[in-house]
Formats: sequence, C-alpha cells, structure tokens
Amino acid sequence: MSIIQILFFALSAFAIISAVMVLISKNPIHSVLWLILVFFAISGHYILLNAQFLAIVNIIVYAGAIMVLFLFVIMLINVKKDSEPQKQFLVKLLGVVAGGSFLTLLVALVKQTGQLQGRTLLMKDGVIGLIHPLGKALFNEYVVPFEISSVLFLSAMVGAVIIGKK
Amino acid sequence: MTLLSFDWALIIEKLILIVIIVLTTLLITLYTTFGERKVAAILQDRPGPNRAGPFGLLQPLADGLKLIMKEEIIPTSASKWLFILGPGLAMTASLMTSAVIPWGTDVHLFGRTIALQVADVNIGILYIFAVVSMGVYGIMIGGWASNNKFSLMSALRAASQAISYEIAMGLALIALLMTTGSLSLKTIVADQAAGHWWNVVYQPLGFIIFFICAMAECNRTPFDLPEAENELNFGYHQEYSSMKLGFYLFAEYVNMIMSSAIMASMYFGGYDLPFFDETTVAPNIAAMIGVGTLLIKIVLFVFLFMWIRWTIPRFRYDQLMNLGWKTMIPLALFNMLLTGALILAKL
Repeated sequence: MSIIQILFFALSAFAIISAVMVLISKNPIHSVLWLILVFFAISGHYILLNAQFLAIVNIIVYAGAIMVLFLFVIMLINVKKDSEPQKQFLVKLLGVVAGGSFLTLLVALVKQTGQLQGRTLLMKDGVIGLIHPLGKALFNEYVVPFEISSVLFLSAMVGAVIIGKK
Repeated sequence: MTLLSFDWALIIEKLILIVIIVLTTLLITLYTTFGERKVAAILQDRPGPNRAGPFGLLQPLADGLKLIMKEEIIPTSASKWLFILGPGLAMTASLMTSAVIPWGTDVHLFGRTIALQVADVNIGILYIFAVVSMGVYGIMIGGWASNNKFSLMSALRAASQAISYEIAMGLALIALLMTTGSLSLKTIVADQAAGHWWNVVYQPLGFIIFFICAMAECNRTPFDLPEAENELNFGYHQEYSSMKLGFYLFAEYVNMIMSSAIMASMYFGGYDLPFFDETTVAPNIAAMIGVGTLLIKIVLFVFLFMWIRWTIPRFRYDQLMNLGWKTMIPLALFNMLLTGALILAKL
C-alpha cells in the first residue's frame, strides 16, 4: 500500500466513525463537535485529491463559520438531553425508510455512471481544485451560474436582515 | 531513505523545524508575559516585577511554576472531556498558525537546502484564516463545558466577536491579494524582499483594518469583552485552575505573537531587512539575519499591542458590534473597491 492509500483509508475511517458519532451522541453539542471532525476528514480527502483551495474553504466556511453558529444557537437555547422530546415509533420508521431510499438512490446512481465504473480514485492528480484553474473556470465557463448563485446569496442575506429586524 | 516511496529525511527535517519553532514561540511567550507586566508598569509609572532574579528576569519562571503547582480542579457538574479539550484546542489552534510563516530565506546544511518554513502551501493566507476561525472553538468549548452561566455568556461573546471581525479581516486580506496576486506567504514575502516597496505602502487602510481585527481576534483590550472582569467575574476561564488556566492565558500571548508575525510578513516585508542587500553575505548568514529581522518586527508589534492595551479602556458591547459591522466592514469594502479601481487604472 502506498502512503496515499493508507491516508485515504485512515481518513475514510475517521470520517465514517465521526459521522456515526454525530448520530448516536445524546448531547447536541457533542453532535456538533463530531460534525466538525467530519468536515476535517472531508477536507483531508480534498487535499489528497490535490484540491487545496476546496479543502481550506470547506474548513473556513463549514467548520469555521457555520458550525460556530450551530454551536452558538444550541448553547443559547440550552437543549438538555432530558427535555428533548421523544420521537414516536412511526416517525422513526419513516426516517429510516426515507434515509434508506436516499442511500439506495445514491448507490444506484454511482453504480450506473459509466465514468466511474471499474476505476479507482485518482489521487494527487488534477488541478481543478487549485485556486487559479478554479477561478478561471468560475469566471469564464460558469460565469452566469456563478452570478446567479451570488444574487441568491444576496437575497438570502437581505431576507435574514429583514427577519432579524422584526 | 525511502520507505513507502517517501522521503523520510524531509519529514525529520520538518519535525525538527516544528519543534524549534514551537519551543521558541513558547519561550518568547513566557517572556512576553514578563514584557507585558513591565510595559504596564512603565506606563503606570511604577517599577513592575523586580524581585525574582536580576531585574525580575526570573519572574515568568516563577509564574509558570506557580501555575503548575496549583491544584487541578474539574467542577463536578462540568462536562469532563470537553473541559479538558477546551484549553488544549485554544493552544493548538494558536500554535498551528506558525506552519505557514516563512521565518527566513533557505539554509544550506549537510548538503540539503532547508526552507525555514514548515509548509509552503499555495493557500497560505487562507490557511491562516481557517486556523483563526478554529481558535474560537477552544473558548466556546471551554466556556460551555464549565457549566457556569458567566463562562457561557463570555464564550458566546467571544464567538460573536470573532465572527464579526473575521469578515472585515477577510475583506482586508482580499484587497491585499489583489495587489500581490498570490496566496502563498513565501511568494508575498519574497516579492517584498526583492526590492519592491513593502505591502503597507500599497495597502495602508487594509493594514489598519487588519490590525484592529487582529486585536479583536486576540481578545486584547480594548476588545477583551470575553474577559470583562467587572461584568463576567473572570470570563470563559473562570472555572479553570492550574495549567489549564495557564494554557488559556498563554494562548492569548501566542496568538498575539502569531498575528504579529503574520502582519510583519504580509505588510512589513517579513524577514526583509531594509536597505541591506542579502546577496552580499553567505546564504546561511543571510537567513539568520532574516530570522533576527522578523523577530525584531514581531517584538515591535507585540509592544504596540501592549501599548494600546494599557492606554485605551474597554469598549461597551454595543460599541464593539457597531465598530465591527458599521465601520470596519464598510471601510474594508471601500478599501477593496479602491484597490480594484487603482489596479484597473494602472493597467
């Protein structure tokens, strides 16, 4: 096994274990902290794919900003594990069915995609995750979708400010 | 020396570099606490610590010993693991910044060219930004795990303050990136050292914004709202004792040193000694001169931090938020637009 494969399996195990811990932690604060570790593991995968920019942006935006807000809200509303409402059996069952269907869908999609069949992951290769190629692609080929998504962000921001003012 | 097709000598070289950087930083941190007390004493016209050793030079060792010897207390209602994790995270995050700072030009030893930088990643500035945003977790986790309402309020204050000032800091950095055209700290410093003006000449407003935001990120007075003694007793580390408290206090000083190093590297030429041609001396000596120059710049910035701390009183919380959102962010946006317009005009 090469060092990249070792890193890949270690990171994958780390990500999966952390993701499982997010689900089985009783305390919501612990769940959020495990989720931060999941984001770190995913960033590690990005680095293995030579996508340093995506890795660091993943950490800044998800682990750094969004998760701080999650922690913030959970700490403020002070969820205790006793006061959390117990979900009914039917709701749990529906959750399992919905999640299971989504997993089946994902697996089916990946298995059907011709590009992915019979191929292993390319590591330490490609440049699309580096900042220069990514910036060129975003502002040349995908400039219209990029601008539309930024308008979407702006409207979400305006909406948040208006709700906050009420 | 290749096992698993990997150059292990490089790993050993980097490990030695990391150990040297971390130990030096901690040593300087020890003496920064001493420096802080001396600066405070001078500004308040009193002698300051002068009992332990000549000129009180052994005072930081005595302080450290005192902290280690104190009793470790973990409150019974605290969340134990997170309570221990908090100070560790605070310290780790503040030390991690050192990885991308170029401490000097290359050194030639044992036939190898050794870069005095742990990792020359081409996203150096964004890495710093990511680590800064990690730093707030140490405070938040510690404050929450203490299970004390003052600690929790302080942790929430620290988090909202950090988020607010990170935005202006990021916008100031974008303007800097527009002039340098690179995210790698090594390239930025090398460009400044290669005879160009220092970046502060091109980005004076950006530097001031960055400096103020760095002060807010380090929780230094006038931005030390998370530790406001008269409102919050002591702040997020109220329940901590012994070396866990010491870690929180030291992390603040390490943060200060690291942000000084970043500001020196990004705006003030890093290891570049002005009016001196490094090519006239041997490469190793030039590297040592570079390290010394960077250290002097760091000390000057740290002194500036202390000077401001002992001069300006603390903000009120709404003033802090107003300054962050209504002054710093519009100013940073204006700076960004101005930089863009100037670059366009020059082309």
